[in-house]
Amino acid sequence: MVSVVSAGKKWGKSLSSRPENVGLGVMLGLGVGAVALAAQWVKGPSAMLVAIAMLAMVVGLIYTAFAGGLEARKSLAPYGLLKPGMIWLCLFFLAPLWAMVVMSLSSKAGRFDFFPDFTWNFENYRIALTKFRPQFIRSFSYAGIATMLTIVIGYPLAYFIAFRGGKYRNILLGLVVIPFFTSYLIRTLAWNNILADEGPVVSLINKLHISGVFESLDIMQNGKLMNTPAAVIGGLTYNFLPFMVLPIYVSLEKIDVRLVDAAMDLYSSASQAFRKVVLPLSLPGLFAGSLLVFIPAAGDFVNAQFLGNPQTTMIGNSIQDQFLRQLNYPVASAMSFVLMIIITIIVLIYTKFMGTEDLA
Amino acid sequence: MVDNSTSQVIHLDHVRKQYGSFTAVEDANFTIGRGEFFAMLGPSGCGKTTTLKMIAGFEQPTSGSVFLEGVDVSTVPPYKRNVNTVFQQYALFPHMSVADNIAFGPRSKKLSESEVKKRVGDMLDVVRLAEFADRRPSQLSGGQQQRVALARALVNYPSALLLDEPLAALDLKLREAMQIELKRIQREVEITFVFVTHDQGEALTMSDRIAVMSQGVVEQIGTPVDIYKKPESLFVAGFIGSANLLPSTVSQFDAAGGTVVLNGGGTVTVGRDNVASDVTWATGEEVTIMLRPEHLHVTVERPAGDALQAEVTDVVFQGSAVRLVLQLDNGTEVTAIVGGDADLPFLRPGAAVWLSWLATSPYVLDGWPDLAGATTTNLESIEAAL
Repeated sequence: MVSVVSAGKKWGKSLSSRPENVGLGVMLGLGVGAVALAAQWVKGPSAMLVAIAMLAMVVGLIYTAFAGGLEARKSLAPYGLLKPGMIWLCLFFLAPLWAMVVMSLSSKAGRFDFFPDFTWNFENYRIALTKFRPQFIRSFSYAGIATMLTIVIGYPLAYFIAFRGGKYRNILLGLVVIPFFTSYLIRTLAWNNILADEGPVVSLINKLHISGVFESLDIMQNGKLMNTPAAVIGGLTYNFLPFMVLPIYVSLEKIDVRLVDAAMDLYSSASQAFRKVVLPLSLPGLFAGSLLVFIPAAGDFVNAQFLGNPQTTMIGNSIQDQFLRQLNYPVASAMSFVLMIIITIIVLIYTKFMGTEDLA
Repeated sequence: MVDNSTSQVIHLDHVRKQYGSFTAVEDANFTIGRGEFFAMLGPSGCGKTTTLKMIAGFEQPTSGSVFLEGVDVSTVPPYKRNVNTVFQQYALFPHMSVADNIAFGPRSKKLSESEVKKRVGDMLDVVRLAEFADRRPSQLSGGQQQRVALARALVNYPSALLLDEPLAALDLKLREAMQIELKRIQREVEITFVFVTHDQGEALTMSDRIAVMSQGVVEQIGTPVDIYKKPESLFVAGFIGSANLLPSTVSQFDAAGGTVVLNGGGTVTVGRDNVASDVTWATGEEVTIMLRPEHLHVTVERPAGDALQAEVTDVVFQGSAVRLVLQLDNGTEVTAIVGGDADLPFLRPGAAVWLSWLATSPYVLDGWPDLAGATTTNLESIEAAL
């Protein structure tokens, strides 16, 4: 391990005539060190694996720098500019991710064995994908429905604030955000009271004798609103609404209202102008908002815990359970990794079909 | 004036527009003919853009009616009016290619795709942008964007094209090139252009007729030459080009003409051609003599006929011409323009000179100017006038 770090430093020194090269060396050294440290948490061949990969990279770089001469060294210089970001990425993204991957392939000897052995244990993934399949499916469907609901509620809201808000725009935006100054848990628990069996919503529904409608829509179950899938989805929708409203608002607000005038001047009615001009121009916001809502909603466990029942458990709850209650880190890591990969795939597909080239 | 009903495209019938207690347009009443290049000219806030918006349909008149091709369209929404607008900042759709921008109108009208293609192709040729069809507006220069905006409007073959300060965003050289280009395109498509601008040089250069507006009121409508030479109000005289406006008093005036005395001394002979055709003035009436700077002759010796004595206070070299600031004996400041190549003895501050003019040069208007805006000495307007 030490050898790798010092190799990185040595390489830095050998090019020390240029300060950015020293920095690049330090950065690489730090990165390797961090990953190695993370790998130390689990015993087994992983640490060696990392060391070999990093060593190969360093050797490659040194070879390019010297064999290629001045030109090659110049071409390496831009990487020096990546230093701060690379250090950050290595320390706070790559290292934990690597630790998680390693953990997910480990197996533990007993319940209170905190340092599982790395054994290429793919059984963890089998458990994650079979035993917890319902939770995965439920998570993605709840998150999907909640995302659509935030669009249905959030788009008109953002549209109203951006185009009709006038001088009250900032106040209205503030009103969207202010509830979120309270803790996430408190807000979610508050819904517990609102939706409770004796709470105002259920009472009103019963007074109006329309509970049948809600039952038939599967929103109410056995005369209750609480502890239903609808309550969980509602909680997700409520909690993630600002993440939809704000990006849409930003993209709508940037639209020059004269474009609507231009569309109407060119024989489009107000609704056609919206469809052909405003909506396409707000897609980047809609896209960003969908990701900001869907990704955390898919991994959320708070809403299912406080507003749901055992039949509405989401994958976040299961991961939390495996990590904190069962202390089964390997399986929990495998579940987290599967969740991450599925979300990545969904996002990639979504980007392919919805993504706009000027998404920034 | 075009009054023939078959050739009239736009008619404003006593149109008035009020926002709260503020009157943006007061009794606009005029007709624009087919194929005409018509400018609405005035300082910002004079109501010219509001008038244009009422023609386009973005604003509705508080009273009065707007007629398009003889049909009252006062309450018809913009998308049902056969006029198209070139917006001030072009308002091109940023998410569409140049071709799709131009095709927007025809597609909204549900024309067949082959017809749309043909029209877009034709229009790209007219504005000379064929090779840019697939670009996004953001990839074009200001002048090219301007031409896309023009093509996007013209592709619909509107009854009239409305242009809202279309050249304001361009730099001087490009603006001059686009003025010529606009004129060429207008002749090519033979569509009525209604052009809003605050730049009188632009209006004089391009228009068949100009409506000069001030504070919501149409002050005068006429050809550029009429408006320049025979302004009907002191505002028009001061706003168009640069003018020396000299407050005077009528000493005698009848059917054959007469004489007017400058306040503070100096006599000017006035013929029938130097005043609006219908005026009659009594002795002692307050009038203003307008003398354009380029119409003043500067000499050291006193010439025959009407002349005023003055002292040169400033000499400004402007390349093609020299602008002299002079003070009359009575204290009034006037401006004169002389040829730039002349090596004249009086081109120095302090020189005593005589100012004279051709008998046809002065133009006499009713009333006295308010002293603050007595003379316009705007360099740009002088250049434009030249």
